[in-house]
Amino acid sequence: MNKISLIIAREYITRVRKKSFLVMTIVGPLLFALLIIVPTWLATRDGDEKVIEVVDESGLFKTVLTDTDEIKYSFVNEDPDALKQSLEGSEYYGFLYIPNIDIDNPQGIQFYSTSKPSLSVIGDLEWGIRQKIENIKLEKSGLDKQVLDNLKAKVDIATISITDQGEQESSSIAATGIGYISSLLIYFFIFFFGAQIMRGIIEEKTSRIIEVIISSVKPFQLMMGKIIGVGAVGLTQFLLWTLLTFTITTVLSSVFGFEPQAANSMVNAQPGMAEVQAAAADQNEFAKIMTAIGSINIPQVLFFFLIYFLGGYLLYGSLFAAVGSAVDSEVDSQQFMLPVTLPLILSIVSLGAVLNEPDGSLAFWMSMIPLTSPVVMMMRIPFGVPIWQLLLSVTLLAGGFMFTVWLAARIYRVGILMHGTKVNYKVLAKWFMMKN
Amino acid sequence: MNILVTEHIHKSFGDFKALDDVSITIPENTIFGLLGPNGAGKTTLIRIITQILMADQGKVMFHGRPLELEDVHRIGYLPEERGLYKKMKVGEQLLYLAQLKGMSKGEASKKIKAWMEKFDIISWWGKAVEDLSKGMAQKVQFIATVLHEPSLIILDEPFSGFDPVNANLIRDEILEMKKKGITIIFSTHRMESVEELCDHIALINKSKKILEGPKKDIKETYKSNTFNVLHHGKVNGLPADFDTLSTEEVEGAIHSTIQIKSALGPNDLLKALISQVEVHEFVEKIPSMNEIFIQKVQEGGHE
Repeated sequence: MNKISLIIAREYITRVRKKSFLVMTIVGPLLFALLIIVPTWLATRDGDEKVIEVVDESGLFKTVLTDTDEIKYSFVNEDPDALKQSLEGSEYYGFLYIPNIDIDNPQGIQFYSTSKPSLSVIGDLEWGIRQKIENIKLEKSGLDKQVLDNLKAKVDIATISITDQGEQESSSIAATGIGYISSLLIYFFIFFFGAQIMRGIIEEKTSRIIEVIISSVKPFQLMMGKIIGVGAVGLTQFLLWTLLTFTITTVLSSVFGFEPQAANSMVNAQPGMAEVQAAAADQNEFAKIMTAIGSINIPQVLFFFLIYFLGGYLLYGSLFAAVGSAVDSEVDSQQFMLPVTLPLILSIVSLGAVLNEPDGSLAFWMSMIPLTSPVVMMMRIPFGVPIWQLLLSVTLLAGGFMFTVWLAARIYRVGILMHGTKVNYKVLAKWFMMKN
Repeated sequence: MNILVTEHIHKSFGDFKALDDVSITIPENTIFGLLGPNGAGKTTLIRIITQILMADQGKVMFHGRPLELEDVHRIGYLPEERGLYKKMKVGEQLLYLAQLKGMSKGEASKKIKAWMEKFDIISWWGKAVEDLSKGMAQKVQFIATVLHEPSLIILDEPFSGFDPVNANLIRDEILEMKKKGITIIFSTHRMESVEELCDHIALINKSKKILEGPKKDIKETYKSNTFNVLHHGKVNGLPADFDTLSTEEVEGAIHSTIQIKSALGPNDLLKALISQVEVHEFVEKIPSMNEIFIQKVQEGGHE
């Protein structure tokens, strides 16, 4: 068997068999699934039923404050001070005191509770009371509420991008989402598995097996074998995560009996007619996002995701390998890690600016420079990037990783045999220049 | 037939000259001692032979032709700094290392089992290396070095880290391999093992080879025509040809060390002695490798 494939196989098998790989494979999707499920669940779950006592001296609000799933109103006619005393220890969530208010200047409404009331409860109360007061004022001023409702307009601009395929309804929300997810995945992948390459090399160096191995294979084969092997582990993990996250989310969703999209309408199901309409409109919005996602060229996104994913990994992976070969322990690696990871961090930080102007000059240059292009270009692709830019960027990336592999290999072949040397950039340069 | 010849090897690391015109000739089926103080350049020379490093100048001939990449399969190397993958199991690790040396999996597996049975460590097959003692790991590493049946084995300080029992085991293995026709390069500071095992030696000091040849010949050259004599009765003056270096009385007998300064032979000295004293022992004093080593290195130091 070819030696480099032996090395790849060893790197792959020993890593995949590790307990930590298994744990990561299971825990990762659980976390992702939780991230998807928990907010939905929180938004849809029925809160504890709260009973609020209301002392309404104005007598205006009995019709407005109607029971909901969460809040029940109990209108009483008691002395507020007595209620205040008895609130502690009672089963009531709190009590609302509405004095005989002046419509033009509604002051003195108070809510008493034993604990700090939740914002949503207060919001509901304020919303109901305000609504009623506004209606009364409307009537007083002689305007018909019907007329006012008719005046309300809902504007929804459909964004349509003109591409070679003709007009397409696009959604910047969907594009942003896809861009962020793929950029972050690439960033995370490079960091996590790059560090694994580095650690693996340091291990070979400190355990001194390195000399035995490179008396059998060329240092370059060992380095590339490790980079490819670790990369394969990463791809495997990524694939398993995707599959498992999808499975877990589907299973949990069906067990708890809701669809993420049902949650959407529930969240928006506030009392009030206009809101009901809005909720319906939101449903519509959701459907629109779905079609908008459909409008993004998904195969193209996936194809380039894979390319930038691998290209970025190879580019940074070899730099991590060079760092690993130069140091004797992970602690020593810090001084070299910063310049290696800086462009990566910079590209993540600049995502906001890129998003503002996906076709701006910052976005353009950052998606051309191989050190930042894997992360930045993935943010741009869902918004549509001219094909010549894509080709140029990929070519530059390919050139970039060939350069870093070459650079890393020159440092690596010397570094792995050096022990106890105090390494700085001058030393690295010397190694780089050294004849083989 | 020489298995390995290095011709005028030069190697520098930056300003530091690690090897300066080193030529050595290693005859086939010998145990070749590569000697020298720390930092002399032994490891650099070994790394050039194992193709870990490339010489700046000079050639390495292997089996009479220039050394090629594929030749790593015919060389076994046990570095001074031992190491194995700590988390990997013994059996798998040996399989991996053997396959890197070009063996097929099936063949390697058979050979590993045979070696592990021979060393009585077959029960370690599934153990992780980190669970082994240092001596145990050394045995595993030794197997890794010889497993692919190389024609040239390079052992850098092979006995360090072994207890006397295991050191003996390894020594016996080395001698047995020599019987099988394998050539062994043996780099060490331990002169007693050089004395015992090596047929040929080369001494490297300060990047240069300063001595090379069959051990016997070298000793012959460094003999100083000095004899240790155990006798009864006092020597009362010898001819000027003989120089008494020391005399010491131990339990009634006298030990004398006498050097012959002229062209006369041991028999002449013996004759001169017999007429005066009763000789019980008469042995030529042959310099130890240790003495030669120290003498040559110190000479180098005075230059």
